[in-house]
Amino acid sequence: MSELFVPVLLTIITASTPLVFAAAGEVVVEKSGVLNLGVEGMMIVGAVIAFAVGVKTESAALAIISGAAGGMLTAFIFGFLTLRLLANQVATGLALTIFGLGLSALIGHGFVGKTFSGLPKIGVPFLEQIPVLGPLLFVHDILVYLSVIAVFLITYVFNKTRLGLIIRAVGENHHAAHSIGYSIVWVRMGCILFGGSMAGLGGAYLSLAYTPLWVEGMTAGRGWIALALVVFASWRAWRAFFGAYLFGGITIIQLHAQGFGVDIASQFLSMLPYLATIVVLVLISNNSSRMMLNAPADLGKSFHASD
Amino acid sequence: MADKKPILELLEICKGYPGVIANNRVNLEIKPGQIHALLGENGAGKSTLVKIIYGVQRCDTGKIKWKGSEISQITPQIARKLGIGMVFQHFSLFDAMTVEENIALGIPATLANENLKQNIIDISEKYGLPLDPYRYVHTLSVGERQRIEVVRCLIQNPKLLIMDEPTSVLTPQEVDKLFKTLRRLSAQGVAILYISHKLQEIIDLCHVATIMRAGEVVDTCIPSEESPRSMAEMMMGTNLIVTKKNERLVSEKPYFSVINLNHQATMEHGTDLKNITIKAHKGEILGIAGIAGNGQIELMEVLSGEITASDDSLVSIDQVSVGNLGPRKRREKGLGFVPEERLGHGAVPEMLLWENAFLSGYQSMKLMLNGFMNVTKSREYAEKIISRFNVKTPNVNVTANSLSGGNLQKFIFGREILQDPKVLIVFQPTWGVDAGSAAYIRQSLMDIADRGAVVVVISQDLEELFEISDKISVICEGELTKPEIVENITVENVGLLMSGIKPSGNDILGTQL
Repeated sequence: MSELFVPVLLTIITASTPLVFAAAGEVVVEKSGVLNLGVEGMMIVGAVIAFAVGVKTESAALAIISGAAGGMLTAFIFGFLTLRLLANQVATGLALTIFGLGLSALIGHGFVGKTFSGLPKIGVPFLEQIPVLGPLLFVHDILVYLSVIAVFLITYVFNKTRLGLIIRAVGENHHAAHSIGYSIVWVRMGCILFGGSMAGLGGAYLSLAYTPLWVEGMTAGRGWIALALVVFASWRAWRAFFGAYLFGGITIIQLHAQGFGVDIASQFLSMLPYLATIVVLVLISNNSSRMMLNAPADLGKSFHASD
Repeated sequence: MADKKPILELLEICKGYPGVIANNRVNLEIKPGQIHALLGENGAGKSTLVKIIYGVQRCDTGKIKWKGSEISQITPQIARKLGIGMVFQHFSLFDAMTVEENIALGIPATLANENLKQNIIDISEKYGLPLDPYRYVHTLSVGERQRIEVVRCLIQNPKLLIMDEPTSVLTPQEVDKLFKTLRRLSAQGVAILYISHKLQEIIDLCHVATIMRAGEVVDTCIPSEESPRSMAEMMMGTNLIVTKKNERLVSEKPYFSVINLNHQATMEHGTDLKNITIKAHKGEILGIAGIAGNGQIELMEVLSGEITASDDSLVSIDQVSVGNLGPRKRREKGLGFVPEERLGHGAVPEMLLWENAFLSGYQSMKLMLNGFMNVTKSREYAEKIISRFNVKTPNVNVTANSLSGGNLQKFIFGREILQDPKVLIVFQPTWGVDAGSAAYIRQSLMDIADRGAVVVVISQDLEELFEISDKISVICEGELTKPEIVENITVENVGLLMSGIKPSGNDILGTQL
């Protein structure tokens, strides 16, 4: 049995990890009151830069770091436009996605057809020897571990630390946060950059581990799924984590189901994440006070100190 | 007290915004233990000045001295470190967070430790300001929310407490409580800078008053030696109009009536309306008194038509049933209304003044031309409102949210009154409006009643209701008492009814209650 299921479950983890990075990062961004619709763009820039550096230097560590930096730089453009020049967040986010797709195609032009050796697997000593569970949970590449740690850290910061409280306050009521003395621009910029580096890591995982090669447009809408996941998770990182695995699971099972000849249209299965998001949105907006407690009240609003 | 050195000195403070000078060479000094009132009309620059002291805004030129030494740069964090606390007019609270989290955000990190909960409880008990640190802010009343802000300041042992219109949203009982706390703080040597439009409160509470007009300090006085009227005149620089009640012809049959209307609140923490009956006659001002949160919001919604009645016949204007009609259709029948919330309900914040005038007046003022907006006529209408109601604005092409609260209220009132409604329903007409404008608004309400309109005023300001109403009803927990002629009742009795104490005898509200 386990010979059959362990590989399937392992591919689910691989398919879900990019979503975990992107969605958890966007949770932080949106909690600070910023709606960055450019996740797809930041991911793909992260993917191409990580791959390019990986191919040139043969170093996994450098590839990962440059992927995160690529996402962060793309996010910085967004932050500068929306926080400093007060551009509309929705329009800027959409533009960022289009920009990212174009830029990545340009950078990646010379790397089509090249290959990268992939990320080395790191086993956790002793735990990896547990039958079935060992290979499933404790033999992965560094980014899978990092995604779990990131989700854990974000949850901890939001629930237990003053920093988390300040980020939530800025997203909840920026005028109040400003008048008690917090810098809205710096808090939001920090969150945007963090979200960008997380999206970049998600992209890097795609081009370094999931399918270690570069294909134009290889994020294939995962950035949008990550955005949907944030709402699905009602702005909680750990729920976004499970959401990501749910959707990653659906994607993989759908592939295997087709292999076994299960007769469900693949288009229907790929619709599922979005359908689930709509259902969840209907359910949470049904209870207005719960919605209010979860959704950052000033999400998507520009802030200028003079009002 | 006179020989004490000032704790805070402001020297020649100037602050300008595009198109306005908010503060022009303002000088002010506050001594320890002093309760210092800052008075002025809406837009006189009081709020800007206190924001400069607390470091939320930066002044263009001028000096701030704290305990005799100059402070070069001030931010809210620095202000708190020095010992300045501030309670904001529009609370600086976060609805989706608990009381404890809200307080933690407004104090230095070193104080926000695991003892904070106990600290909150201790402080709130010491000053008689009960607070539960675990409650979420959005479940609290306005009075309780203000307590959070006060406790947040007190926890840091302030030397100077700034309060920007703290009582405009409080019930009389809550005001009493707050004053006790403030007097106690003053006795401990805490200086208090107090902004309010309620002049009687200033006389009761404050030791000195500084009066501002158009961004400048124009006068100072000892409030206990003044009358509300004399202080209002200092603020305006002109004489205050005295509202005058005329004898009016009252129609025999009620013109606007609501019969046995029930409504279940849709909002969480809302109040259900039970058997509401209103019979209002032409030429009559009916006051509805009540403590906020007793069903006034719901009442306003069913009267204006934002919520339609279960049966068409439950609400009628001039014997015509309008219960099933929405606000626009009710406006066609001659109903006008001024809701409590000015921005977002009474006016669209991001739209220009003339556009806002068009939105409510396009039917009765005939501002449409062959299905299009008649821009020229709409502008003229808005300009007329501005000149008749003395709205302070550069022109009609500014957005509604650029006006100060009192000015916008005057604009909204003018907009409704110029449409000459047959029935006018107003909710908290002079909330946060300065004395001069308030008197003007009250007078215009009486004027349209003189012209034969029905006026219904929902308010918790008893002084105001007694000044203008012919009859007063009290709303408590969604029930409305039978209206009584104003000459037959006293403020105390109405106050008791408002707090839900039903008379044991039958003589509290007249005889046939």
